[in-house]
Amino acid sequence: MELDIVLLSRIQFALTIMFHYLFPPLSIGLGIILVYLGGQSLRTGDPVYRQAQQFWTRIFALNFAVGVASGIVMEFQFGTNWSTYSRFVGDVFGSALAAEGIFAFFLESGFLAVLVFGWNRVGPKMHFFSTCMVSLGSIFSSVWIVIANSWQQTPAGSEIVPMTRQVLDDNGNLMLNEAGEAITKPWIIDGVPVMRAEVTDFWSMIFNPSTVHRLTHVLLGCFIMGAFFVLSISAWYLLKDRHQEFAKRSLKGALWLAAVCSIAIAVTGHRQAQNVYHYQPAKLATFEGHFESDGPADLTLFGIPDAAQETVHWKVAIPGALSFMVHDDLKFQTPVIGLDQIRPEDRPPMWIPFITWRLMIGIGSFFIVLTLFSLWKLKRNSLFETRWLLWIFAVSVVPAVIANQAGWVAAEVGRQPWIVHPSIIRNDVGEPLLDAEGFIQYERTTATMPDGSTVSRYAGLRTEDGVSKAVKAEHVAASIVMFLFIYVLLGAVWVYVLNKKIQHGPDDHGIPEATPKNEPPGSSDFVDAAVRRHLMDSEESEHSRSAS
Amino acid sequence: MNHLSELFSIASLLLAMDRETLALIWFIILAVLLTGYAILDGFDLGVGILHPFVARTDEQRRLVMNSIGPLWDGNEVWLVTFGGALFAAFPEAYATVFSSFYLAFMLLLCALIARAVSLEFRSKVTSPSWRRIWDGLFFFGSTLATFLFGLAVGNLMLGLELDANFEFQGTLTQLLNPFSIATGILSLLAFALHGSIFLYLKTEGELQQSLRPVIWKLYVLFAIGFVMISIWTAITIPRATETLNQSPLLWIVPMLNVLALLNISRTLYRRQEAAAFISSSCMIAAFVFLFITALHPFLVPASNNASYGLTIVTAASSQTTLTIMLWIAIIGMPCVLTYSAIIYWTFRGKVQLDEHSY
Repeated sequence: MELDIVLLSRIQFALTIMFHYLFPPLSIGLGIILVYLGGQSLRTGDPVYRQAQQFWTRIFALNFAVGVASGIVMEFQFGTNWSTYSRFVGDVFGSALAAEGIFAFFLESGFLAVLVFGWNRVGPKMHFFSTCMVSLGSIFSSVWIVIANSWQQTPAGSEIVPMTRQVLDDNGNLMLNEAGEAITKPWIIDGVPVMRAEVTDFWSMIFNPSTVHRLTHVLLGCFIMGAFFVLSISAWYLLKDRHQEFAKRSLKGALWLAAVCSIAIAVTGHRQAQNVYHYQPAKLATFEGHFESDGPADLTLFGIPDAAQETVHWKVAIPGALSFMVHDDLKFQTPVIGLDQIRPEDRPPMWIPFITWRLMIGIGSFFIVLTLFSLWKLKRNSLFETRWLLWIFAVSVVPAVIANQAGWVAAEVGRQPWIVHPSIIRNDVGEPLLDAEGFIQYERTTATMPDGSTVSRYAGLRTEDGVSKAVKAEHVAASIVMFLFIYVLLGAVWVYVLNKKIQHGPDDHGIPEATPKNEPPGSSDFVDAAVRRHLMDSEESEHSRSAS
Repeated sequence: MNHLSELFSIASLLLAMDRETLALIWFIILAVLLTGYAILDGFDLGVGILHPFVARTDEQRRLVMNSIGPLWDGNEVWLVTFGGALFAAFPEAYATVFSSFYLAFMLLLCALIARAVSLEFRSKVTSPSWRRIWDGLFFFGSTLATFLFGLAVGNLMLGLELDANFEFQGTLTQLLNPFSIATGILSLLAFALHGSIFLYLKTEGELQQSLRPVIWKLYVLFAIGFVMISIWTAITIPRATETLNQSPLLWIVPMLNVLALLNISRTLYRRQEAAAFISSSCMIAAFVFLFITALHPFLVPASNNASYGLTIVTAASSQTTLTIMLWIAIIGMPCVLTYSAIIYWTFRGKVQLDEHSY
């Protein structure tokens, strides 16, 4: 069987990025929570804050380590698996990645050392400063990476130009002209000029049309992730009757954060979807399962999309609502570009974006209802007694992870078949200009050959054209197996160690000397045994409670 | 926004250089980043290689790991930034090198992951078998990563088999040639030596005393390897010394390399461990510099057809990008050096275990 290197490289990228993306949102979300706790601890001197700070820092460090380990993979992979893409985008995309290294990673990793190991080496103010720097570093990192990704979705500040190369003689020496300068000539292979994207305006590249929309959405997603992680663990402690004071305070703070961010993310999400419609109408049409461009556009809530027959079976839809969502049209009338205006070869795959889009929005809406209802319960002083609600919180970290992942999957699969999405050709009033057959047209670039003829290509890059030419499909298959093996193990160990830390809980009284590492060897086994006993007790009491 | 871009355009005028000059500057900046990486991650990779041999008890192993505990993560960022800078400044070279060494780099990733997580996970559970697993992975990861770096350096010195589009044409077995295996082993010795001197600096008492014979053995082995590889290179890769011959002043660097090597033994004998560590750092810096001059004017020389070699200028990004990147480096690098100084100062002195250690 012939292995498909494009498909395999995509699978590998999806596997490694999705595994990696379990960690950064948690680092960013927990980071701002650590800044809050550090600030409160410094201001009030209350030992509960310090206790909470130390507990969440330990979890943060664990999470950060796996994030770093899985993150290096990402930076290597552009070159190893997508080298043709790297040659094409390096001039633009590479600078964002390098800036991430210089401005974000050094800041993050340097001050992380002080945050984690520096409790007894620096004063509380320096420690707080380090916490802020780590959090800032993790946010900077997301800024640069979202900039790089957004440029691929909505390129700006760049143009696609033919390349030149220096000429060498057979001994590998540079050929020189009379002035002693190295000769360069147009780089043409098999009659086709080699072209790449180059930066023309740095700030337009940075603030390309989707950067700000996408960045606010991503960061809010990370804060929600952090908030629900804290909510989950705190709710679990409350259910198990442990660390009451710590858990109540953590839960209250995280609940507010979750509520505010859940509402805000719905607003930014709406704005972002309108932005997607403007620049990548094929993507939004796929999200919505929207095929027909004529007439008022219905908002499909559920259904089974059928790309071949261009329809949605078993459709449950709100008439005209998509017209309202996309155009803010209160009459629910304005047509919305459907997939019938996109050439079949330019359409994204249907199923994955359609489902992940609904998952993300469904979970987001659920979070709004859940957090608002819980705040109302909190106000009535009955939140901590409502055990079923606490149980929902205890598992709520799972939908938070799914929503973060689903949003990115929708965004990235929805961009297909492009790895760098070309702009759309528009008329004077900014509407897409359709070709003779009624399809949307993507921008093209032309290059003039030395003989005066011109060659034209899309002002973008298709995913299938981005893979490494020097790499064999079997090698990619082998590396997928390797990553699967490593990541399954790593994920399992991470969950195991995390669970141990959660079982151990914060050190009560917030006195650092009381941590297990200073106890005689074997004592943490003793602690574990005590925890298990305690757990069994509380489970038993729960059984008896439900029995009565 | 407008102010920013105005400021930026004024600044650009001050830095208006042609693409060839910028490419050369970026070639040197990459050398600096690689030197920073080799010196800094060099010692913590070395510590990982030595870990099973010098630390006997669990406490000693924790001491050894915690000597690099707060530092290794920041050190590895030099590699990440080197990778990012290579991508940005020389996309063609980044694409060619990373896709040529596909399987080797996948193994490198595997090694780097193993190393990173073993440090974090090892001391989280007290069971001896748990700790043995992570000790093993820590050693394995550090050793494999170091060897693979050396292998890549050897292969780049020899040149890769490329086609007219700078795509790798060779096979995996070609990458495992005797010269590159020898450079791989030399880098193991170099980092182990560098790491052992670092450990000597950071430890005290019995552990420190047990390190002295190890350092001397590594020193002798390394010195032999160093001489052998130098002769081997001089004979088989004439291109390697071309740049030095063109600019004879640069011969100072190999001389400094030898002096630094000799100074390690002098300072070790006198028990000036800080001076010994500085000497071994200088030696590694000289090594990286020699590697870079051996490549010049290429980034990736071609072994099959010399005219297919990827030169620095051909591989480089546009003038605009190189200028922007230079600004990023000018603004960013002082910050990086400041934080590094703060971190190394905070964690100065002999390593001690407390409740926040690994």
